[in-house]
Amino acid sequence: MLRYIHGDALHHHPDLTRAMFRDRARQFRDRLGWPVTVDDRGEERDGYDALNPLYVLWQNPDGGHGGSMRFLPTTGPVMVNDIFGHLTGGAPVISPLIWECTRFCLAPGAGPHVAAGLMLGGGEIMRNFGIRHFVGVFDARMVRIYRAIGAPPDILGSEGEGRDRVSVGLWAFSDEARARVADRAGIAPAQSQAWFDAAFGTPRAAVPA
Amino acid sequence: MVNTVQLDTILEKMEASPAPDGLQTAIVDLRDLFGVRHMVYHWVDSAGDQYGCGTYSDAWRDRYVEQNYLRIDPVIHGCYQRFHPVDWKRLDWSGKAARAFQAESVAFGLGNQGFSVPIRGPNGQFALFTVNDACDDAAWDRFIEDHSRDMILIAHYFNRKALDVEPGRQPEPAQPLSPREIDAMTMLALGYSRAQVANSLAISEHTLRVYIESARFKLGALNTTHAVARAMSRGLIVV
Repeated sequence: MLRYIHGDALHHHPDLTRAMFRDRARQFRDRLGWPVTVDDRGEERDGYDALNPLYVLWQNPDGGHGGSMRFLPTTGPVMVNDIFGHLTGGAPVISPLIWECTRFCLAPGAGPHVAAGLMLGGGEIMRNFGIRHFVGVFDARMVRIYRAIGAPPDILGSEGEGRDRVSVGLWAFSDEARARVADRAGIAPAQSQAWFDAAFGTPRAAVPA
Repeated sequence: MVNTVQLDTILEKMEASPAPDGLQTAIVDLRDLFGVRHMVYHWVDSAGDQYGCGTYSDAWRDRYVEQNYLRIDPVIHGCYQRFHPVDWKRLDWSGKAARAFQAESVAFGLGNQGFSVPIRGPNGQFALFTVNDACDDAAWDRFIEDHSRDMILIAHYFNRKALDVEPGRQPEPAQPLSPREIDAMTMLALGYSRAQVANSLAISEHTLRVYIESARFKLGALNTTHAVARAMSRGLIVV
C-alpha cells in the first residue's frame, strides 16, 4: 500500500522508516556511488530529511519497504535550487505550486509495480493539493525506469557524461498519465484515493450551512 | 467568475502599500471579490509573536484569544508543520471540544466550510491563510476546484508582504528572473503562443510552464497576463 508520512510522524512507523533509510543507503551509496552520508546503523540521511518533508512510501504486503520518495515545496530550501541551481536556467525555481521530489528509491528486488505505485502517489499529491509540477534531480540510470513506468520527466538541465550524468527534470501529471501509471501499478483509482484519504483525512459532509 | 483585473489591482495595491494596513484593506477587498464570508491571514513567528488580519469579527477574535482556542482548533492542529492546503472537511471535528468550538464559531458568524493554506516561512515562522464560507458541499467543492491555486498563491503573497512590513526586519531581496524566464516572458509579451515560445526556446511546453509558473510567483502575479504586465512595468523585460 501507499503511505504518506511527514517527517515528524515517521516515528509511528519505526521499522518501515529504518528500512527506508537503509534502502536509500543501498541505492544511493552502494549502487549509484553518490557521496551521501550513511550513519553507523547503515541509514542514509541528508539535511533535507531534517526539514520535515512529506514522504511517500510503498509498503509491501509483509510490512516491508518497497520504495519511497521525498517531497518539499520549492518555496523553501530544496536540492534543485541549493545544489543544482546552475541546471535550472540560471535562477531558482520557486513556486508553492512546484514541489521538489528527491530520493526516489526502490528496495532491492522491488517489482515494476512499486515504481509505478510511487508515481501514482505523486499524482495523488498533485491532484489533491493543486500542485502543477514536480522538479527533481536524478541519475542517468533512472531515465529508463521512469520511461518504463510511463512517467518520463522533461529535462531542464544536465551535467556529466554517461552513467555519471545528473539531470534536473520535471514532471507534470495529466489524467492520461495517471491512468497509465495506475494501470502499470495494478491499483484501482478508488484504492489509491482511499490510501490518500487514510493519510490526510476522509472528507466528511460539512455541518449544514 | 472572479474579475481578474480587479484581483490583480487589489494585489498590486497591497504590494505597493508600506504598512500592515495594506494587508487588512486587501483581505477585505479579496473577501468581497471572491464573495465568501471570511478571509483571514494569521502568523506566528519563532518567538511566539502573533500577527493577523482578516474579516472575522472582533468579538470572535477576542473570544478565540481569551479561550485560547489554539489548543483545540482542528485547523491549527491539522496545518501546523504542514505545507499542503487543507480542506476543513478532512479534519477531525468529531471530538466534543471541537464540535462545541465549531458550533460557537458559527454563532459568531463563521461559515461551515473552510480551506486553509499553511506556510512555512524563514526562521521557524508559521502562517495560515484561510477562506471560510457558508454553503453546501457541492458548491464548496466547485469553489475549491476553481480557486485553490489562486488561494495558495495569495496566501504566499500575504506572507511575503507580512515579512516585509514586520518591524525591524530587512525585506527579503526580490528573487531575480532567470535568463530563461526573461526570454519566456518577453516572447509572451510580444504575443507569441506558448507553443511558439517553447519551439523557439527549444524546450517542451511543460518546461516552459515551469518557467512561467516560477516567474509568476516571483512577480507576485496570479496569472500569466498579470505576470507579463508586471515584468514590463518593472523594467524586467523590454519589448
